[in-house]
Amino acid sequence: MGAAPASRDVTSYGMGLAAPLALFFLLFFVAPLLQLLWLSLHNDTAGLHWGLGQYLHFLTDPFSLSVLGSTLLLGAEVTAVCLVLGFPIAWLYQRVGPKVQTIIILIVLLPLLTSVVVRTFAWIVILGRQGIINATLQSLGIIDTPLKLLYTQFGVVIALAQVQMPLMTLPLITALGRIDPNLDDASCSLGAGSWRTFFRVVLPLSLPGVIAGCTLTYAAAITAFITQSLVGGGQMLFMPMYLYQQASTLQNWPFASAISIIFLLAVLAVVSVFTTLGRLSRGYGGA
Amino acid sequence: MAGRKRTLEAFSFELVMTLVAIIALILIIAPSLVVLIVSFTSGFSLRFPPPGYSLRWYAELWDAWQLHFAAKNSLIVALWATGLSVVLGVAAALAISRSQALSARLLDSLFMSPLVLPALAFGLAALMLFSLVGLPVSPLTLVIGHTVVCVPYVVRNTVAALAQLEPTLLESSAVLGASRLYTFRRIVLPLIRPGIIAGAFIAFMSSFDNVPVSLFLRDAATDMLPIRMWQDLEGKLDVTIAALSGVLIIATVAMVAVMERVTGLSRRLTN
Repeated sequence: MGAAPASRDVTSYGMGLAAPLALFFLLFFVAPLLQLLWLSLHNDTAGLHWGLGQYLHFLTDPFSLSVLGSTLLLGAEVTAVCLVLGFPIAWLYQRVGPKVQTIIILIVLLPLLTSVVVRTFAWIVILGRQGIINATLQSLGIIDTPLKLLYTQFGVVIALAQVQMPLMTLPLITALGRIDPNLDDASCSLGAGSWRTFFRVVLPLSLPGVIAGCTLTYAAAITAFITQSLVGGGQMLFMPMYLYQQASTLQNWPFASAISIIFLLAVLAVVSVFTTLGRLSRGYGGA
Repeated sequence: MAGRKRTLEAFSFELVMTLVAIIALILIIAPSLVVLIVSFTSGFSLRFPPPGYSLRWYAELWDAWQLHFAAKNSLIVALWATGLSVVLGVAAALAISRSQALSARLLDSLFMSPLVLPALAFGLAALMLFSLVGLPVSPLTLVIGHTVVCVPYVVRNTVAALAQLEPTLLESSAVLGASRLYTFRRIVLPLIRPGIIAGAFIAFMSSFDNVPVSLFLRDAATDMLPIRMWQDLEGKLDVTIAALSGVLIIATVAMVAVMERVTGLSRRLTN
């Protein structure tokens, strides 16, 4: 026919359509973050004296460093729990019929879509001094005095793991779905047992999904302000609450900015480590 | 002998995996069920199991005007943020989805970055910029802030829907003489609509539930529901909040069921 010029590809749209959102992000996302960076590089609240004072303050203060450390550790613990519990869900998903598959997905999705305050509130009811766990253990005569579950690291990890589980499970389900089931049979017929097949074939091939899930779970767990503050209580301080206290209660914007930037860099560092691992694992899995 | 050892080994593997999966699924669903059951208590405290059942706390909720006010604000902001996210996000998704250009990939990373960056840091940053340019916090600043953190969901789901669209459909439509706009309205839009709706739904839910951005960008007169609930919970364990949680859980389950029918939500999120 030759009616349409070859240069006009009807299957794609012009990049111009991205311009409104790009402009919106430039004004309301990039500019604020640059302003944050700018203020963090000032030693005084008014932003008149340039300097690295805020960063020095953070990096030489044992308290600030311990907050950063415990936040990063919290993310690692939550990610580990999500991986150990989330992987079997994804594995089960691949072995059941379509009806049960839909039910599994909807169960996994539910916490993602339920209000975060509601989910956290539930954990307070479960873990509290008169909560379900303590009440059950006491009525069974296993313990005399209530266990301290709320306001502990254990409580925060388990509550966050439940809340962030979908972020781990959904990429795993996708990754496991892409593995050729014949590989499983091949491994077994060559004499490998189920456990060996799992650790030597299935797990390595699902690494891209594992890494995607870990990235999302980790980032969400360390930035989860509400769950950290309600289940952790006043005793446990993590980066988001530290940031909020400095910004809102103490009105120390330059220091809060520096905390934000350090926190942002920490998240970005973790994400880029995971992304690098992901690239390496794709090379491995694609072989 | 070896055969029996192998079946035993396979059995142990399947038993462990299935058990852990079931425990994990119970762990995921239990908190919602617990709140739902506790919210129907006839007592004054959040004991489980409740001493008796009644609808008294739901009746109490009917008169809790502070919560109604906060819920209305959250709803209005979420609707505006979702609308803005859909308009900006769908246009951007059309532009970047089929392009192999470096600029398209860079824009994609930019549009996705609010998903991993701490929302609290963004909230503070936006507040500082707004106060610098003299724009006071208001429902408008809330809508702008929420749109930034909600638009990734719309972009991602629309890009995914576009990726499944057969390019030959667009070519056939063009060959048959349809204009690009006509093809978009009659072919592209109907086919990607479930993806857009799924993205808009998740964007709406995350805006309605947003705390970290709202904390910094709301004015004193704009009380938001999740913040109101959070502050109530820090003070005391209120059974009214349990009833409100019950309403939110039931509403969420109902909406997810509708979305599953309309958009096939579960398939959409697993491929």
